[in-house]
Amino acid sequence: MNKDTVVLGIETSCDETSASVVKNGKAVLSNVIYSQINIHKKFGGVVPEIASRNHIEVIGNVVKEALDEASITLDDIDVVAVTYGPGLVGALLVGLSYGKALAYGKGIPFVGVNHIEGHISANYLDGDFEPPFICLIASGGHSHIVFVKDYGEYEVLGRTVDDAAGEAFDKVARALGLGYPGGPKIDEISKNGDPYKYNFPKSFMEKDNFDFSFSGLKTAVINQLHKERQNGNEVNIADYAASFQMNVVDVLSSKLIEAARYKNINKISIAGGVASNSLLRERLLKLADEEGFMIHFPKQVYCTDNGAMIASAGYFDYIRGKVSGLDLNAIPYLKLF
Amino acid sequence: MKMSFKTKSPIETEKIGFKLGNLLKRGSIVLISGELGVGKTVLTKGIAKGMGIDDYVTSPTFMIVNEHLGDIPLYHFDVYRIDDYTELYDIGYEEYFYGDGVCVIEWPEKIKPLIPEENIFIRIDIGDSYDERIIEIESHGEKYDEVIKEMK
Repeated sequence: MNKDTVVLGIETSCDETSASVVKNGKAVLSNVIYSQINIHKKFGGVVPEIASRNHIEVIGNVVKEALDEASITLDDIDVVAVTYGPGLVGALLVGLSYGKALAYGKGIPFVGVNHIEGHISANYLDGDFEPPFICLIASGGHSHIVFVKDYGEYEVLGRTVDDAAGEAFDKVARALGLGYPGGPKIDEISKNGDPYKYNFPKSFMEKDNFDFSFSGLKTAVINQLHKERQNGNEVNIADYAASFQMNVVDVLSSKLIEAARYKNINKISIAGGVASNSLLRERLLKLADEEGFMIHFPKQVYCTDNGAMIASAGYFDYIRGKVSGLDLNAIPYLKLF
Repeated sequence: MKMSFKTKSPIETEKIGFKLGNLLKRGSIVLISGELGVGKTVLTKGIAKGMGIDDYVTSPTFMIVNEHLGDIPLYHFDVYRIDDYTELYDIGYEEYFYGDGVCVIEWPEKIKPLIPEENIFIRIDIGDSYDERIIEIESHGEKYDEVIKEMK
C-alpha cells in the first residue's frame, strides 16, 4: 500500500525565511513566508549580516506556524528538506542547521536541496504539470534556461553571462530612483511609459546559444539617462522603465521559445521572482499560443523564495533515493550540475 | 606607480584586464572602483581569462563573492550591497584576502577599513564619449610596482 509522504521544506537562502508542509511533492498543506524586504528596502538590497540575524530570530516561529497551519505535528513529518545553496552563506546556515537538527532529533531522513532546483519544482505545486519541459528561471541571483528531462534530471541550456535578470531590474530601478525591490516597481511604472521610446541594444548572442547578457543593457540605460540629464532635458522615468522592461522581456521570451524549438519540447514554464513580471507573462502566453506550446506559470506566491518549492524538490529527490548526510555544508556558489 | 589607459569598447576594457590577469601572483589584491555600469565586471572577466580561468564570470552582487577555480583561484567580490564593513566578517573575508588566490574587489570604498595596505587600485571613469573609458591603475606596494611596469 502506498503511504503518503509528508515533507517539511525550509528555505533561508536570501530575503525570506520560509517553512512549508507539502504532501507527495505536490499538495501544499501550508506555506509560511516571513520576508525581510522592509528591512532591506532602506539599504537598496539584501544586507547579508542583517539577513542571517533575522533568520535566526524568526525561524522557530515560522516552522511552528507551518506545522500549525497544516494541522499536524513534527511526528507527522516523514522528511526534512532544506536549501543548502546557492545563497548567502550566513543565511543558508540558519535554515540548514535548523533542518538538520530537526531531522536528527526525530530520526527522519534529511535532504539538501539546490535552490534553483527548488524554483523549477515550484511548477509541480498545486497541480499536475510534469516533466519533460523547458524552464526559464529568472530571479535576483539567477537566470537559467533549463531542460527538465525528468524529476531531478536537468540539462542547463543557457544562463546569463553577467548580471541576473532580477539584478538588472534592481540596478536599473536604483539608477531611475525607483527603490527596491526593482522588479515590481518597474513593472508598475512601465504601464504609464512608452516601451518604444528608447531602443536599447539587445544582446541575443549567437544562434543556438541560449546564454543571455544584461550588463550592456544596464550600461546603455544609465548612459542615456546621464546624457539626457546633462543636456538639461526633462526625463520621463516611465519611458525608461518601459523600454528597459521590454528589452529584457524580448530577450528572455525569445530565448525560452528558441530553446524549446531546439529541443523539440512543446511544454514551457517560468519560475523565480521575475516570473511575476506581467509583461513577460503576457508575451509568453501569446508566443506559446502561436507556437502551439503548453505554458505553465506557478502561482505567484511560489515564484518568490518559499519553503513549498524546496519541499517538493526534496520529495522527488527522496523517492529516488537521494538523501543527504548530516555533514552537508552550505555552498554559497552551488551550481546547477 | 600609476598608469592610465583609454578604451573605446567593453572588448578593449576586457583586454586590459587580460594583460593584468596574466601578471598577477598568488595573494594579489585588486580593487576596482567606478559607477554602476562602467565596466568593473567586464574588466574582471578579462583578469580571469588572463589567469587562464575558463568559467562564467558573472556579477557577484547577489552572492557577494564568487569563487573561480584555476591554477591560481580567483575570488571575485562585489560589496555593492554592503552597508557596513563589519557585515563582511560573516563570510570569513580574511580567508580570502590573506589566502592563496587573487582577490578582485568591486566597490572597495564600502569596506575601506578591511582593505590590505598593499594593493592594486583601479579606477574606471567614463571618457569623452559614452563608450569611452579611462582606466587608471595604481600600485600600492613594491610587489605591485613590478606588475604595473610589466603592463606597458
